[in-house]
Amino acid sequence: MSEFYALLFTVAFSVMVLGLVFKIIQYSMVPAPLKIPVTPAPITKSGVVLRLAKEAILFAALFRSNKWTWLFGWMFHMSLFVVLANHLRFFIKDVPLPLVLLQNVGEYAAFTMFIGLTGLLIRRIYVARVKYISSPSDYLWLLLLMFIALSGIIMRFVSHTDVVAVKEFSLGLLSFNWQALPLDFPIMLHLLLVAILMILFPFSKLLHIPGLFFAPTRNQVDNPREKRHISSWAAKMDSEKNKMQP
Amino acid sequence: MADFETPKFREYPIVPQIKDDAMAGKGPFISRPEFDHDLGYPGELPEDWKEQALDKMKDLLGRYRSFRVFMDSCIKCGACTDKCHYFIGTNDPKNMPVARQDLMRKVYRRYFTFAGKFFPKLVGAVDLTEDVLDEWYNYYHQCSECRRCSVFCPMGIDTAEITMAAREILSHVGKSQKYSNQIVQKVYKIGNNLGLPGKALNGILEDLEEEVEEDTGVPVKFNMDVEGCEALLMTPSADFFAEPHIDGLIGYGKVLHELGITWTVSSEASEAANFGLFIGSYENIQKISMRIREAAIKLKVKRIIFGECGHAWRVAYSFLNTLAGPFDFLDQNYPIPQHILEVTHGALEEGKLRMNKEENDHLTMTFHDSCNVARGSRMGDKPGGQFDIPRAVIQAACNNYVDMHADTINDATFCCGGGGGLLTDDLMELRIKGALPRMEALKDATEESGVTNIAAICAICKSQFTKVLPYYGFEMDAIMSVHQLVSEAIVMTGSEQEKDLDGIEEDTKEAEPTE
Repeated sequence: MSEFYALLFTVAFSVMVLGLVFKIIQYSMVPAPLKIPVTPAPITKSGVVLRLAKEAILFAALFRSNKWTWLFGWMFHMSLFVVLANHLRFFIKDVPLPLVLLQNVGEYAAFTMFIGLTGLLIRRIYVARVKYISSPSDYLWLLLLMFIALSGIIMRFVSHTDVVAVKEFSLGLLSFNWQALPLDFPIMLHLLLVAILMILFPFSKLLHIPGLFFAPTRNQVDNPREKRHISSWAAKMDSEKNKMQP
Repeated sequence: MADFETPKFREYPIVPQIKDDAMAGKGPFISRPEFDHDLGYPGELPEDWKEQALDKMKDLLGRYRSFRVFMDSCIKCGACTDKCHYFIGTNDPKNMPVARQDLMRKVYRRYFTFAGKFFPKLVGAVDLTEDVLDEWYNYYHQCSECRRCSVFCPMGIDTAEITMAAREILSHVGKSQKYSNQIVQKVYKIGNNLGLPGKALNGILEDLEEEVEEDTGVPVKFNMDVEGCEALLMTPSADFFAEPHIDGLIGYGKVLHELGITWTVSSEASEAANFGLFIGSYENIQKISMRIREAAIKLKVKRIIFGECGHAWRVAYSFLNTLAGPFDFLDQNYPIPQHILEVTHGALEEGKLRMNKEENDHLTMTFHDSCNVARGSRMGDKPGGQFDIPRAVIQAACNNYVDMHADTINDATFCCGGGGGLLTDDLMELRIKGALPRMEALKDATEESGVTNIAAICAICKSQFTKVLPYYGFEMDAIMSVHQLVSEAIVMTGSEQEKDLDGIEEDTKEAEPTE
């Protein structure tokens, strides 16, 4: 069983990374032939970095759009971020001080993550407009993440798992020196769901993470009059002989 | 009147309800083959339409990063669901931006993603059928490409990009919209959207010269095809005869005259509008844009100035340099191209224009930000200039100005309901219903602040308002051009208005009794 999990995680992680790399290459290969930033837009590159940071960290557009969705969505994502940071300890032999300190607050992030996800699920079920646009997969993603959070909470606060052994297992994954995994039900569920998430990542709406940064509406500089923008395929149609010259 | 009801103003707070299939139907009139052929489209449904549509989709996925990324990055959060004026006015759930995108996305998923190929039900993927094509045609012609949804989307997804892609795919399988294609064809054949030939245009401009001189005593020139002027004026052809557009044109003429900027229109490029944008065709946008380059070269001008037209300004500001540049043969001391409001605003700042605001004292104005200007372009040096400059010019011409509610102006402005190639009589129900949110904001401004009139800087907005204002209980001439206000207030050097204001000595002498 431990071998199965070790193999599953190695495969899942590879699928996620390779899939994401493929998608990122695909997005960057497709040209953006016209300047289409949604204005008012920054007129400098550093302004664009700031604009994207505001979207990625604060969810600025969503905040403007809908306060409830923002509250639950932001709560979920920020908690997830803390939870992920907290999990770094499983992959670092000597845990650095910041991560040790983080644990004190970090372990409660699983709860806010769960609350955020619950809010999003309730909204998806009870707001008629949001229900209308939801496919089965939209609910399943929320449930998947909720079960991941829940199994984590159970391991930490209800039926403790041997974390030292888990750390042996996860460090073993990194060096391809597979170790035994404590075979409790919560950890097996937790890891199975995480592996499913990683495998599905590049084939799903989780692509919104790279997508956010590749949206030409947000990542372009507003300078079309000052600087001529021309993409690869447009340049071919743009040859001098097609154009009247003074 | 028509067989539908004008929507009632709604009570706050508003929770939009959904009414399935409220706007189901056949969509606007389908184009004719003779228009389509001139635009490079087949004009009828080919036998292998499905392959052709999917091929085109694949082609566009490889040509437009926006389309490629937006197909993947929607998380169905629902942020956009209450932001579209067509959804607000019609309650048809397929007019929610995400639902409109999903009409395309569910086909994308079926043919271009792993999940949709193997688990279509799970991710809501469907086969491309003729019914799907008809649904595309109907609902992608209920989007005015105004980009309001993209402002609120956490992923920056712009439904306009998807609507444009959809229309381009539809055109390639013989399902183009008549209104837009006929207009593009008229631009190619005659030079402007309205099919106004050069001779008629020249007549109109001569009449305008007479009229303005009679009014002011100043010989303001309205040139056509005059070589060697300083500026080429690109303005929507509605400016040549529609109300209130033409009053704006008179305003540009007066401002340019007062500043000593000689200008001409071109009979070959007598149209600023570029409906290539609406049909999502890069080739056609470029072909239409190229006329501007050619006119500028032929007429040997140094500058290009655009009149009041929303999407034309987006194409001009954002795309012209890409599509028809580089413009190294023009005077680099001026922005290329420049908006007439940038010219007027700059001159006002420098104190070069004298304005008598009292002329507009009977008005309390508000301003409708046109979507393409607000969310697809800029004016001046600073982001947001497209909001500040028109307002500054209105306030320089008019003492009474009030903004509408903050969530209906600037980059949150609501479309007039007629943009994006929908300004056609066969879509009248959609146009009237889509105007609801703007009309509600206007009504509030009239009741709370005594607003009497609304100014706009877009030919489509002006025409649309003229049509829909009466349905909502306003006067049709409540809509005005921004340069119409300028035209009323400007005091040109040597004009009758100047004499009236300053009281010329000769007049006083004459007035004295001689006995």
